[in-house]
Amino acid sequence: MRLTDEKLDIAIGRTLQTGVLLAALIVLVGGVMYLLHASGARPDYSHFRGVAEHLRTPSGIWHGVTRGDAGSVIQLGLLVLIATPVVRVILAGIGFLMERDRLYFWVSAIVLAVLCYSLWHIR
Amino acid sequence: MSTAEFSGFIFLSSLAAGLLGSLTGLGGGVVIVPVLTLLFHVDIRYAIGASLVSVIATSSGAAAAYVREGYSNVRIGMFLEIATTLGAVLGAWLTTRVPTSAIGFIFALVLLYSAFASWRKKESHTGNIRPNKLAGLLRMRGSFPVADGKEDYVAQRIPAGFGLMFSAGTLSGLLGIGSGAVKVLAMDQAMGLPFKVSTTTSNFMIGVTAAASAGIYLSRGYIAPELAMPVMLGVLAGSLIGAKVLVHARVNTLRLVFALVIVALGVEMLFNSVAGRL
Repeated sequence: MRLTDEKLDIAIGRTLQTGVLLAALIVLVGGVMYLLHASGARPDYSHFRGVAEHLRTPSGIWHGVTRGDAGSVIQLGLLVLIATPVVRVILAGIGFLMERDRLYFWVSAIVLAVLCYSLWHIR
Repeated sequence: MSTAEFSGFIFLSSLAAGLLGSLTGLGGGVVIVPVLTLLFHVDIRYAIGASLVSVIATSSGAAAAYVREGYSNVRIGMFLEIATTLGAVLGAWLTTRVPTSAIGFIFALVLLYSAFASWRKKESHTGNIRPNKLAGLLRMRGSFPVADGKEDYVAQRIPAGFGLMFSAGTLSGLLGIGSGAVKVLAMDQAMGLPFKVSTTTSNFMIGVTAAASAGIYLSRGYIAPELAMPVMLGVLAGSLIGAKVLVHARVNTLRLVFALVIVALGVEMLFNSVAGRL
């Protein structure tokens, strides 16, 4: 049982690392696009208005990406990043199920439910 | 200042924050927020949005390394994540209702506590093997590698740890930080887990906790892509470099210097929030 635990943990760790690298790459591409087109004075963040509506939902972000909007590309990378811990919980839950550890399968399910509640806000 | 210069300065500051955060064990978030608000006059809501994203990157990015060392305990972490994620949802909800000066004030207090906790001498207390009924029921025990084989431990005072973890999650959601210091407090002090197990499991939990408030932040427009871009890339790079340096360098002097820097930021932030400038 210990052995499968360890193997599973390492697989999860690798998946997370790949997800972060992918996210960082997308953010970097978006960043380069942004800086190439940026001109004039620095943007002002001292007054909070909240970012544009299309940068707040996955469908809006995806629409922006297809238009070649740099901010949307960065935001897509951040969505990938936010997904990495969610994937971690799902993989751990599957692992517990494979080990027939029902208690911790349900523990993972509860954590996943809370995460889904939060992500439901950006539908 | 042009946009490119601004992004460059933010990137370099985030790199330093990530480095500092990983060397002190505090995480980059707790350092980058005061830097953004005090130095670059960024509204604290944009600052915590960018910080939260970088916190996820650091936690997920380091996960593989921590797992390989064999210290983190996935079961204990997952169980306590119920508390931290629920707390994070509450924290993110509070962020949209609490005035920014209050957020700044609470942030400053957490910053000062974190500096104190990182500077305090760490007694490397070993695992508690006293049998515990609840720990038996929840299988919250384990073993970790030591010089001569393995050492066992059993979790103690689980309800107290769970409660503290809820607070850690609330602070994480409210302030956009990993709140590693409070998580370690819960596991190391309340639950009597070995220090190394506490810190690595805490790092593991930080990403999941932060993801629980990220959805709410995103939908409220707190995550500004052009600002989050240099912050996330900088903090991630800084913390990865820090993790490499940490293996080789003698960090005690560094740690003291950094603790002083963090105290200075905390005092400045306290002053600014009381003066209503945040």
